[in-house]
Amino acid sequence: MSEHIKLPEGSIEKTTTTLNLGPTHPATHGVMQNILELDGERIVSADQTIGYIHRAFEKLAERRPLAQITTLTDRLNYCSSPLNNMGWHMTCEKLLGITTPKRVDYLRVIVMELSRIADHLICNSIMGVDAGAYTGFLYVMQYRELIYEIYEEICGARLTTNMGRIGGFERNFNDIAFQKLEKFLEEYPKALKEFENMFQRNRIFMDRTIGVGGISAERALNYGFTGPNLRAAGVDYDVRVHSPYSSYQDFEFTIPVGSTGDSYDRWLVREQEMWQSLSIIRQAYQKVQSFTGAEAEVYHADVPEYYLPAKQDVYTKMEALIYHFKIIMGETDIPSGEVYHSVEGGNGELGFYLISDGGRAPYRLHFRRPCFIYYQAFEELIKGAMLSDAIITMSSLNLIAGEMDA
Amino acid sequence: MSLTNEIIQQRLTEKFGDLVGGFTTSYGMLQFEAPKEINLKVLNFCYDDPQLGFLFLTDLTGVHYPDQKGRELAVVYHLHNLKENIRLRFKVFTAIEQPDVYTATGLFSSANWMERETYDFFGIHFVGHPNLKRILNVDEMDYFPMRKEFPLEDQTRIDKDDEMFGRG
Repeated sequence: MSEHIKLPEGSIEKTTTTLNLGPTHPATHGVMQNILELDGERIVSADQTIGYIHRAFEKLAERRPLAQITTLTDRLNYCSSPLNNMGWHMTCEKLLGITTPKRVDYLRVIVMELSRIADHLICNSIMGVDAGAYTGFLYVMQYRELIYEIYEEICGARLTTNMGRIGGFERNFNDIAFQKLEKFLEEYPKALKEFENMFQRNRIFMDRTIGVGGISAERALNYGFTGPNLRAAGVDYDVRVHSPYSSYQDFEFTIPVGSTGDSYDRWLVREQEMWQSLSIIRQAYQKVQSFTGAEAEVYHADVPEYYLPAKQDVYTKMEALIYHFKIIMGETDIPSGEVYHSVEGGNGELGFYLISDGGRAPYRLHFRRPCFIYYQAFEELIKGAMLSDAIITMSSLNLIAGEMDA
Repeated sequence: MSLTNEIIQQRLTEKFGDLVGGFTTSYGMLQFEAPKEINLKVLNFCYDDPQLGFLFLTDLTGVHYPDQKGRELAVVYHLHNLKENIRLRFKVFTAIEQPDVYTATGLFSSANWMERETYDFFGIHFVGHPNLKRILNVDEMDYFPMRKEFPLEDQTRIDKDDEMFGRG
């Protein structure tokens, strides 16, 4: 490719066209650039440039106490922030040796699966948009809105949620949150079914996606694919099953897998995962309701060094005041150690590699960002394909620029 | 059948003897290190050995330890055996004056960008990498920002001119 680019401008020896796809292009759904060499409409090669929204989170984290890093994780995959938040809290809990009560685990499962649905819903409906079907996208957005309203009741924010604390949640879920959850559980399946009917056997959509951007299981593993993109290629790797966290072992669910690893399979896997997520949420909600007495009010573990005390205690009790001060000022030394923890994020295995040297902030924190790792396969996926296939392949990969650039 | 940390350690010491060392288990994950010259041999062995079968590179990153003379920079590999569902962490250390480490791109395609990222932030030079250039930072950058000699601003510093921050 580069020799084509090096030819002088207007050179008649150049037989291909160089096209800049991005960095700000409506079809890239994020700030990323692709320099494509096109032979007619066929893609000869692609050169990806990323990093346009790099914000140095790993560096910033080296000066922040654990609790303040949660806000950084929000901004990784911002389509499913609560998932990142929970993953980060669990990493801290692993380092600190904190076990959370069952009710906290189940509440976390509800939130995590809600955000998985929100994430997959965006990705699948955007794929529709890129194939020319705008209606489905607009139609399902009201259900993402419902999910965001549930977030609002839980933590007060919608997109960058900063939800939960080390050890649990900052407050108990209120009644409105549960009412909205019930409303969602009742109304969403119908809409999802309609959405599915619109695309799944739609001749135009199938023609646009089947056999487009496919990858074999071996190549996908070699490229470090995880999440729905790996499962679409036929590998049933899911962190929730392989290394259960937050009591996922208590739930009954299946892992949908595809076979060809193409855009259509990725779409189908996400679609089926949403149904599974719904079933997990129902089970978790049932389990949450089954708690009685004092247990039904538990929403955090008893870890005073890391969990902020209630405000009225801060004003009246000495210990609470001390803990409050130490947490807010970040004056708690964390134990030294190295820990890797991963959760099944919206688009794959989201890992946190945390090295602590016993100071107040991590010595080193590295995010394993799934879409940063699998996006490098993009050139292989689209080589020889049409330009319009590249667009739909890109949206089927569920690339989130915030996560890619960290 | 089932692979354990002990078996992995045994297999590695059988193969490499004293070259691999520093075996510890942290939070259930086996961790060890080897000289940087044999990093590819170790990775290849972990990949090819029928008993080990670590086919999946989960993560590759760097760490800077300015106080360790001669081994200031570390490259950390997280490998995963998906069948047996067991992970391991493998480290190689290199001196900062000559931060050359062999690339793992021949074995794992996923190492390509992860090594570029590690180069970008720590200046670790991956020998044999097909396209070793900056990935997240601008190409013109002439330093490696994740190294510890670039500390973030101290939030409590008092030499700021308060008027410039609307606090005067």
